[in-house]
Amino acid sequence: MADHTHNGNGNFGSTTLRLKTGLAEMLKGGVIMDVMNVEQARIAEEAGAISVMALERVPAMIRAEGGVARMANPKLIKQIISAVSIPVMAKARIGHFAEAQVLQTLGVDFIDESEVLTPADEVYHIDKHAFTTPFVCGARNLGEALRRIAEGAAMIRTKGEPGTGDVVHAVQHMRQIVREIKALTVLGDEELYNAAKVHGAPYELIRMVAKAGKLPVPNFSAGGIATPADAALMMQLGAESVFVGSGIFMKERATPLDVENNPLEREEAVSRAKAIVIATTHFNDPKIVADACEAVIGSMKGLAAAAIEEQHLMQTRGW
Amino acid sequence: MTTSLTIGVLALQGAYEAHAQSLRLLGATPKLIRTPEDLIGPDGKSTVDGLIMPGGESTTMLKFLERNNFFEILKSFVTKTPTFGTCAGAILLANEVEHPAQKSLAALDITVERNAYGRQIDSTILKSETTLPGGPLEMVFIRAPRITRTGPKVETLATRDGFPVLIRSGHLLAATFHPELSDDTRIHKLFLDLVRESKS
Repeated sequence: MADHTHNGNGNFGSTTLRLKTGLAEMLKGGVIMDVMNVEQARIAEEAGAISVMALERVPAMIRAEGGVARMANPKLIKQIISAVSIPVMAKARIGHFAEAQVLQTLGVDFIDESEVLTPADEVYHIDKHAFTTPFVCGARNLGEALRRIAEGAAMIRTKGEPGTGDVVHAVQHMRQIVREIKALTVLGDEELYNAAKVHGAPYELIRMVAKAGKLPVPNFSAGGIATPADAALMMQLGAESVFVGSGIFMKERATPLDVENNPLEREEAVSRAKAIVIATTHFNDPKIVADACEAVIGSMKGLAAAAIEEQHLMQTRGW
Repeated sequence: MTTSLTIGVLALQGAYEAHAQSLRLLGATPKLIRTPEDLIGPDGKSTVDGLIMPGGESTTMLKFLERNNFFEILKSFVTKTPTFGTCAGAILLANEVEHPAQKSLAALDITVERNAYGRQIDSTILKSETTLPGGPLEMVFIRAPRITRTGPKVETLATRDGFPVLIRSGHLLAATFHPELSDDTRIHKLFLDLVRESKS
């Protein structure tokens, strides 16, 4: 691993971290879309996505098909990088720093250390300070968010329950993080030490959040966002951007729309992608969100998150 | 007593909140602009004294501008009202955009090459002299574009490797870096001065 120095609690004045959160800043107020091939990436860019996440199977397919889910093939990532002008993200398994090194070498703009893939380490997440490429990580609560930030994450997203098209857990995680942040802001200095213990997070970061009333990095939302109204909901709850995974290019749970050969299915994907982009920017204008909802053709069938057995939840991966 | 300036910040996507914060620090009032109605009031007059078009993804912003005649309204707005474009915003203002070619407001006589320095891994923070007083200026470049040509009326205020990174042309200001991500407020001050000049 490369030589690096950091104080373990996020050195927010460092050039590297400022550049990382700087890119996250540019991605605010937009939609990052999961794409599995060049054609989907082009549709995403054409619809106004701010970034695409290159992966071989979207969460809904991983869930249905099972097996070990890994980093996408570099060939696919390279093809997508050359097909679009917007930033390209890709996922590495939790703790799999060698996959992350590969993604950095490929020139990926953001690495998602993601619970959607099968974890590679049951104890340690990746030391993200060791990379020049910025990382985004999932979190269900403030403590988890701050542990990832301490490790060097430049962006946090809610985990939600990926691949379901059910927004309920994304809502739960966003509300929890926002509530815990608010609670910190009214604590006295002496109480913050205990808050660090309760949240299992570094004291310096707890203090920073208590003073600022927000995370020290952008806070996005992911996990089950499937409709324009879902996107508007998450933005109103405090998300600064949204990730949409299976919601755009899937028809049934495990079947993608055939955007390459079927013009009708292509049109359906385009309609969903455009509508979610519009609703994310105009999240505070119900009339525009209504028009966006109306413009959508079809929707992913979805899977109620409450119906998933505990051992099949993806959000419980990572700690 | 001077009245506070109201500065629109195009908030379709991108670093609009960071710009709004820089403006507040300087005593100006930011107004987020998401629709043509936010920019032009029912009386047909501009609702703001100036406009900032932030960094972000210019392709995404263009998608929004293509709806509801926003593009034409903004195009006419920037011909007469002070406007500051940073990064993606500078791309939108340019006469000509390359790599890849795309539509733009063609208000500023420059040619811009998108993502000219490479990917995020090539993003960098530099410090160098400019024509502004106050010593070297910190410049945060993120997946930055490059200004490859400037017209005769365009004044270059700062450069990187010989290419302009901060330019002024009449009531228009453009930067390929991100002053909203630095503590140095000189660039936003410069823009507010330009706005005041145009009002007097």
